[in-house]
Amino acid sequence: MLNYIFKRLLSAIPFVIMVSMTVFVLIQLPPGDYVDSWAAQQAQSGETPDPATLADMRHQFGLDRPMIVQYGSWIAGMVQGDFGRSFAKNAQVTELVGERIGLTLILSVASLMLTWMLALPIGIYSAVCRYSLGDYIFTLLGFVGLAIPHFLLALVMMYVGVKYFGHDVTGLMSAQYEGQPWTWAKWMDLCSHLWIPMIILGLGSTASLIRILRANLIDQLYMPYVVTARAKGLSEVKLLCKYPVRIALNPFVSTIGWILPNLISGAVIVSIVLNLNTVGPVLYEALMSQDIYLSGTILLVVCALTVVGTLLSDILLVILDPRIRFEQ
Amino acid sequence: MSAENKQKDDEQVVNMANLRGGIEYASQWTLMWRRFRKHKLAVVSMVVVILFYAVAVFSEFLAPMDPEAAASRKTQHPPQLFELHFFDEGKFAPYVPGYTKKLDMETSKISFTPDGSKVYLGLFVRGFEYKMFGFDALQSDLHLFGPKDKEGQVFLFGSDTMGRDVLSRVIYGARFTLSLGLIGVILSVVLGIILGGLAGYYGGWTDWVVMRVVEFILSLPSIPIWLAMAAALPKDWPPHYQYMAVTVIISLIGWTHLARVIRGRFLSMRSDVFVIAAKLDGCSEPRIIFRHMLPSLASHIIAQVTLSIPSMVLSETSLSFLGLGLQPPAISWGVLLKGAQKISVIAQAPWLFLPGLMVVIAVLALNFFGDGLRDAADPYSNH
Repeated sequence: MLNYIFKRLLSAIPFVIMVSMTVFVLIQLPPGDYVDSWAAQQAQSGETPDPATLADMRHQFGLDRPMIVQYGSWIAGMVQGDFGRSFAKNAQVTELVGERIGLTLILSVASLMLTWMLALPIGIYSAVCRYSLGDYIFTLLGFVGLAIPHFLLALVMMYVGVKYFGHDVTGLMSAQYEGQPWTWAKWMDLCSHLWIPMIILGLGSTASLIRILRANLIDQLYMPYVVTARAKGLSEVKLLCKYPVRIALNPFVSTIGWILPNLISGAVIVSIVLNLNTVGPVLYEALMSQDIYLSGTILLVVCALTVVGTLLSDILLVILDPRIRFEQ
Repeated sequence: MSAENKQKDDEQVVNMANLRGGIEYASQWTLMWRRFRKHKLAVVSMVVVILFYAVAVFSEFLAPMDPEAAASRKTQHPPQLFELHFFDEGKFAPYVPGYTKKLDMETSKISFTPDGSKVYLGLFVRGFEYKMFGFDALQSDLHLFGPKDKEGQVFLFGSDTMGRDVLSRVIYGARFTLSLGLIGVILSVVLGIILGGLAGYYGGWTDWVVMRVVEFILSLPSIPIWLAMAAALPKDWPPHYQYMAVTVIISLIGWTHLARVIRGRFLSMRSDVFVIAAKLDGCSEPRIIFRHMLPSLASHIIAQVTLSIPSMVLSETSLSFLGLGLQPPAISWGVLLKGAQKISVIAQAPWLFLPGLMVVIAVLALNFFGDGLRDAADPYSNH
């Protein structure tokens, strides 16, 4: 068991290295660099900076070094907890995104919890009462949930909120708590704002999880062992929860691997629409202005989060299902 | 059984078959179609999908108004779809009531009131000029329907903040969005078949490498990665360059799902008797793959392709919505939804959500259609 976890942790290391390289290549893809986009901005407001200033800036930011050196120093700094500086905001990246990463994580994990909490009972119900009216309704809702893009749902929620409830659903916390230390009142305020993005994010993955759970459970429900247990007089609830559900639960854990990237992905776009102070809007701005260390760090952290998620799901799966442990 | 008896039996079978009008024969595709027909929802969805793609193909002909023509006096005109009257004074003459825009000076609220005029609509009317598919030779001004008067204005789906007809824009947007989904999927399929096929056919380290790459890409959150790639696109590119670039960006991630499915199939088929037979016959590897293995996968690939188009469509709309995919003047559903971004706009003109509704309908129909195809393509499914 420990052996397996250790092996799995070890295999995540080359993965993270590959992610960091991919991210660095990605943020270097746009033609030109931050200084160019800054110069273009200055030119728009009527001032044309002279080439010497630009060269100076480049040198100061270290953008004149070869790419591989830039990458090396970025990684070297990261190991010591220094993720580089944001050119545009003139601040340490860690200061800028620290709290936002926390909020992104809270939002994603909360959505995952909601997904599970909804998908489990509905999935079991849909499988047990197959082809009932409720099953059809949930199936239909599920399909619609899968078909609505996150940003559209966010827009509709915004519209409904303003039009029918006179309530602004944007933002993750009330203005007075912005930038304040974390007090109990601030947490409560966060919770009262969190549920709308949570629902928006969770709907799609809830729908697919219900479908998976339903299909798996139906496969189990007609197995001979279930018939035997029933013939022996086990109560329906106990019969259901003790064996088939436990087996059908497998995908709940194993799908963390792809639900988490989906949620984080969706969190970025929903945050941009609803103006939540997660990493989404900052990433968007940073990509636009080629603020490479800011966007690079966010991309890297976001990808690393999904790696950690997959890792956790793999370990959980081993605990849940002894068969997997022995296969490894 | 003696040889003589057997011959008799055979003759009898042939005779009976002749009586019934030839030996019954159904190809794999016929069988698939029969199974598919049983899925009512899938059949309906297929019709919807065909309709949507027909709209995408003939958008110039189907659009009643010029999608770029901005009617400055008719901005945020409410939809007239439910005010469409078919009979006027007992005769068949479809029309919509005309509206005049009023601006309340005190509340600065825009309102439209009927002014008693009627905009008559007709079939096969002359409207704005267009070049079908951009060909000079196919220049025309014929439209399936539209206002009879060339200067008349009809907004069945309402108009946007610049006074452009939303219905016509939705029709034009269908072309970009739906074709992008299709081309993106074709790119993904080519990549998926090549890489997934290689992995599944050869196994061993090829399989290991390809599958690690697939896992790597699948575990990355796609939207941030797309954002980063799309941010690299020059904003001043002409629409068809952007279009190709966005398609490539989306399929760079999209191929992984297909590769996984195809690999699994190849892996299990590799030890099937007919593949071994082909190998023993001395067929070359390309021949085994393309002549023997791929055709038996064709139905599955088609089903998977149909199921993959929705995610492509959703990706395009998300990217364009953020302003990182297609840029105006290109018209796609995502670009249209970008116009519905501000709460102040949609609170006044909720019909700007209509392109979003189209996205949802298209995605739903493609999903049901693909599900039906997948079930029909599986010869072992009994339901």
